[in-house]
Amino acid sequence: MNISPTIHARTLGKVNVPTVTLAHGGGGKAMKDLIDDVFVAAFDNPSLAPLEDQARFDLAALARHGDRLAFTTDSFVVDPLIFPGGDIGSLAVCGTVNDLAVGGAIPLYLSCAVIIEEGVTIDLLRRIARSMAETAKLACVQIVTGDTKVVHKGACDKLFITTTGIGVIREGLNLGQHRAQPGDAILVNGQLGDHGAAILAARGDMALETAIESDCAPLHDLVARLLAAAPGTRFLRDATRGGVATVLNEVAAASQIAIEIDEQRTPIREDVKAFCEILGLDPLYLANEGKLVAVVPQEEADAALFAMRAHPLGTGAAIIGRVHAGEAGRVTMRTVFGGRRIVDMLVGEQLPRIC
Amino acid sequence: MKYVDEFRDREKARVLLREIESLVASMPVSPEKPLHIMEVCGGHTHSIFRYGLEGMLPKEIELIHGPGCPVCVLPMGRVDDCVAIAERRNVIFTTFGDAMRVPGSRKSLLQAKADGADVRMVYSPMDALALARKNPDRDVVFFGLGFETTMPSTALTILAAERDGIENFSVFCNHITIVPTIKAILDSPDLQLDGFLGPGHVSMVIGTAPYEFIANFYRKPMVVAGFEPLDILQSIWMVLRQIKEGRAEIENQYARIVPAGGNAAALEAVSRVYELREFFEWRGLGSIDHSGVKLRDAYARFDAERLYAIPNVKIADPQSCQCGEVLKGVIKPWQCKVFGTACTPERPLGALMVSSEGACAAYYQYGGLRAGAA
Repeated sequence: MNISPTIHARTLGKVNVPTVTLAHGGGGKAMKDLIDDVFVAAFDNPSLAPLEDQARFDLAALARHGDRLAFTTDSFVVDPLIFPGGDIGSLAVCGTVNDLAVGGAIPLYLSCAVIIEEGVTIDLLRRIARSMAETAKLACVQIVTGDTKVVHKGACDKLFITTTGIGVIREGLNLGQHRAQPGDAILVNGQLGDHGAAILAARGDMALETAIESDCAPLHDLVARLLAAAPGTRFLRDATRGGVATVLNEVAAASQIAIEIDEQRTPIREDVKAFCEILGLDPLYLANEGKLVAVVPQEEADAALFAMRAHPLGTGAAIIGRVHAGEAGRVTMRTVFGGRRIVDMLVGEQLPRIC
Repeated sequence: MKYVDEFRDREKARVLLREIESLVASMPVSPEKPLHIMEVCGGHTHSIFRYGLEGMLPKEIELIHGPGCPVCVLPMGRVDDCVAIAERRNVIFTTFGDAMRVPGSRKSLLQAKADGADVRMVYSPMDALALARKNPDRDVVFFGLGFETTMPSTALTILAAERDGIENFSVFCNHITIVPTIKAILDSPDLQLDGFLGPGHVSMVIGTAPYEFIANFYRKPMVVAGFEPLDILQSIWMVLRQIKEGRAEIENQYARIVPAGGNAAALEAVSRVYELREFFEWRGLGSIDHSGVKLRDAYARFDAERLYAIPNVKIADPQSCQCGEVLKGVIKPWQCKVFGTACTPERPLGALMVSSEGACAAYYQYGGLRAGAA
């Protein structure tokens, strides 16, 4: 790891105004103060401190973790910025960490690019930066490089964050969406739809009071335990936008197999169910930010289930279905009522029904 | 979930299905010549697909998915009118969510929003009125849509706006009424229906009396049904029993919600605010006499149709579309010439592919299991 001799030699700037203005994006002292005071202060780590235009890594140190790099990026535009169970900062870290983790990678480094609408308060930015730093610590990653832009009022909605992540994949590990085989078990690590329901409820435009919290959490450790217990695991994916239904359709199409899940075994919180009932939404399509779908060979299914249940982020884990050799690409569900229906990809955004 | 799980009980379903099977076995029907039962309401269609009920029923029963999805039967011309209002500079156009995607001849409300119109999704007309209060310098228009189920809430919102002297709120009224439409279907020469599941939520407002002509004049049984899967199975069983016993009556399976006389307060608000239109255009079914309502003259100042110059152009349904025949049960959704090819949920040509309550969209999304096997 490069620990530059310039570390801490520089005095950090301070922001002395309550809100972000276009001056903070101008490239001058105001911008430097904002970056120093809000972001560098929160993300404090040896790679970031020198404030070069790029983070630098020692290749040999990376290679000790495995034999392949994993590289991913994701943008976060969530509204509201702060919601029950998290905020845009924790989400931006978890989202990218999880995208690395479900590839079997050990997440190591993140970048953080923020686009700020003028008028956003410095206090809010501090809070989000702190949240990113805390979540990064939990996820055992460092935020090593970043960028800030300030745009005119109305050019973006308060704050957008893009994080890019680098991780390393252990030798011999090869997860892929084309690897599901008839007989495999489909698992999830807990109750589905919490994040999507929490965000919809937090927007407040339907006057429904709920205690639903986002499940936003970094899954790297759960994935490590799962892969240790079930080394034959075929495929993992975090069930974010589009929910579990979308992930299942993607794997069914890529592997040219069919999947049947059992509604009765699919874990969904009572309050999320009720929320969906009222609004005419289907929880299978709601976003999750701390839930993954695992396709595991039948003989390792129990080991995978126990490993997940033993982890704090997997206490609600369940085997929800099976892969079988039916019509390729088809996902079906055995309903609580005993019927069978198709679980297809969603066409557009899920819209509440009229009555 | 209390009051929900009880109505989704697998064991009770088995018992009911056995009863249905033994009733069917004692009747002169076959899978080639099945009984046709129409569920009028889109909410029923949704439940039937959501729980996979079609596949559980004996093959001697065929469910025909009726016209009771207000989003589906909205004609293209009316969507164009919505877009025209929404694109006016000072307007905030408010609508229920699933109306956003209905295609007009130029664009849907979702596309209009992307092009800069201020279109907002609301969950109740009262939310639209609240928006009007919050934005006194803007004109808030609510897209009044739906059968008798949603009609009273729009009426009560208009009455609230009148009481509170709110000047910047209006309704683009596209409310429709179910009874003339059922009559139009019953009058259709190619009709092949043996009985009806009556709409539960509409009946909660209007009661069961308005359906009596179906039994008395057309000699068809109807059972007003709830929306949980057990409600639907029990209602099918009740229809079958009527057929078996040679009865044609209006029965009420959904008595826990539907009083025989309906909801007096709701009906009062409805008759105060609306009057029948001479006719209203339906997607797939054409023009049906007295099947829509408009605001009475006394409420003209809340009537977007009078406040704004709307194009009001009638756009014919696409020629290749066979929605009308599907609605009347003459063909099944997958027998339509354009089902799944020119007409898909992404690019719906016909009404029934639009909302998840539409028969074709429901087949496309959830169904196909039985259709594929047939």
